[in-house]
Amino acid sequence: MGETADQIFVILQHWIVAHAPGILQPILAPLLGVIAIIGVFALLFAVTTVLERKGLGRIQNRYGPNRVGPFGLLQPIADGIKSVTKEDIVPQAADKVVHLLAPVSLVLAAFSLFAVLPVGRNMVLANLDAGVVFFFAVSSVTEITIFMAGWSSRNKYSLLGAMRAIAQMVSYEVPLILASVTVIMATGSLSTVAIVEKQAGYTGIFPHWFVFTPWGFAGFILYMIAATAESNRSPFDLPEGESEIIAGYFVEYSGFKFALFFLGEYLGMFAISGLGITLFLGGWSAPFSFLTWVPSYLWFVGKLLFLIVMFIWVRGTLPRLRMDQLMNFAWKFMLPMALINLITVGIWHFMQQGILRWLICSVIVIASYVLLGRGLTQGWKLEKRIYRFAE
Amino acid sequence: MLFTTFAILTVAGAVAAMSFRNLVHSVLALIAAFAGLAAIYLQLGAQFIGLAQVLVYIGAVAILIVFAILLTRDKKVAQQTVSFSSWKLNGVVALAVFAVIAWAIFQSPTLQHEILPEPQVSMQQVGNALMLRYALPLEIIGLLLTAALIGAVTIAISEKYEKHERRERE
Amino acid sequence: MTSLTSCILLSSLLFVIGLAGALTRRNAILVLIGIELMLNAANLNFIAFWRYHPHSETLTGFIFVIFSIGIAAAEAAVGLALIISLYRHTRTANIDEVISMRG
Repeated sequence: MGETADQIFVILQHWIVAHAPGILQPILAPLLGVIAIIGVFALLFAVTTVLERKGLGRIQNRYGPNRVGPFGLLQPIADGIKSVTKEDIVPQAADKVVHLLAPVSLVLAAFSLFAVLPVGRNMVLANLDAGVVFFFAVSSVTEITIFMAGWSSRNKYSLLGAMRAIAQMVSYEVPLILASVTVIMATGSLSTVAIVEKQAGYTGIFPHWFVFTPWGFAGFILYMIAATAESNRSPFDLPEGESEIIAGYFVEYSGFKFALFFLGEYLGMFAISGLGITLFLGGWSAPFSFLTWVPSYLWFVGKLLFLIVMFIWVRGTLPRLRMDQLMNFAWKFMLPMALINLITVGIWHFMQQGILRWLICSVIVIASYVLLGRGLTQGWKLEKRIYRFAE
Repeated sequence: MLFTTFAILTVAGAVAAMSFRNLVHSVLALIAAFAGLAAIYLQLGAQFIGLAQVLVYIGAVAILIVFAILLTRDKKVAQQTVSFSSWKLNGVVALAVFAVIAWAIFQSPTLQHEILPEPQVSMQQVGNALMLRYALPLEIIGLLLTAALIGAVTIAISEKYEKHERRERE
Repeated sequence: MTSLTSCILLSSLLFVIGLAGALTRRNAILVLIGIELMLNAANLNFIAFWRYHPHSETLTGFIFVIFSIGIAAAEAAVGLALIISLYRHTRTANIDEVISMRG
């Protein structure tokens, strides 16, 4: 029974393919996967917009959307109708073709990111041998689409926003990839499926997730900070800082194209969280050995929702960084931390299992964190921390 | 069939990149050419090369070129035209080169291979080759990249900023 | 259709396009783009010969392209830095107007 529930979508796919006419069969299986990905993640996007507005409202002591449907739950439908029926304004000076291509290619790239994410057991669209490389290759395409949007609008604010976005994404891509390399070193594989399978075992009732190791914990935190910056979310939302450059690279977009940008940003956030789950949080595996009867895809979606809630919480809590703070943080803290983490995982790999391994790796991680953090905030002076805000 | 599509995309992108007036359009066309090449690599069974092509050329080189274009914008845009006579001359030179290469290709006896099965190369093999047999070249590439990074920063850093720094130090 | 001959023809076509562009265009950045295209043509040749070699498991052409891509990245970075510093001196990126040796 549990087995069937776990594999129900796989069985369904095989059943549909088996009952299709012969010529359709080779393309039907991937096509079904693509349709499922588009449907599920577009739905998740709709849910997340409500969740985000409700959550931010709760943090800011207000109600959030509460007019459409029960508790405002039908708000995304109203938003969708609004964005489709609105007039599509293209600035006269804009480069019309590039202006149109930018949001379309952003959404296409964002959707193709999901192809390598194992959503459940046996549920991955393309089990590539170099799945992680595929993910980073495709996500680097989004930078060029952002440039296309900012440049084609012929607006100084959008160009500034695009330049900020590219500088930020390029800077944070380095610690993002270095943090993921730790997991690749530990598993010895670039395939996302193999990475999840490596984490699927249990010691007692606890799982073998990489986040429960010293280097994995540090790597996960680094990864999630870099992921926040990569998806241009608060507190790293300088590219679209409303108070400085209006809305950044999509100032000149309206109607459906604006909705596409919105969709692309959220899809990027889901995808990068999904990769974080795959790399560090055990993918679709259950958090305790006695919970393995729950279908695997539910665990994936649950972890994804947990990370989304964390994103919303961070957005509602932290103020926006300044540009120099952003760059200093990336190059002077994240990058050395990620490099030290690479050494840590090497030590972890070659030491024998036991308490000593834990102790040494934890000491390296904590010491480098304390030293680098102190170095960044106090100019390498090791003295008592002084807080400068109002006494 | 697929190969022809990608080949047409690549060639069209390359031609467009070399003939557009607008520099940014040129770069976008160049990206299309790179994407077509990456697809061809994937089709030839070199999965890692295709992905590295996307990662390095589209994700890094194209971005660099875009930044350079925005930093070196010519004030006098009208000067950007291509004079027709030089276009003709260089076109003839290029066509002559192509004719020679094509002639050589069709004359070559070694190209008449039988159809080979697609080579199955796993990431494990590539990693082993890079880390064992080609470890020294890999290290040298790393050194070269570091040197290039430092060199690029030294060349491109603005002199005004440098002078300002020096004055502050004194 | 995917045969060695068509791959090499495509690569030579790409090389020639890059050559014509690098010879004709007067903007330094476009010259650099032309050179990148020629480099890509060489990469395609390596991959094609690796693919149609009877002993493809030795990975020689494959590894060579990995290194070649790395070198191309370094070359682009240094080349563009040179163009930017040239522009700062002469206020132009047109290589025909850079005619004096004084910096």
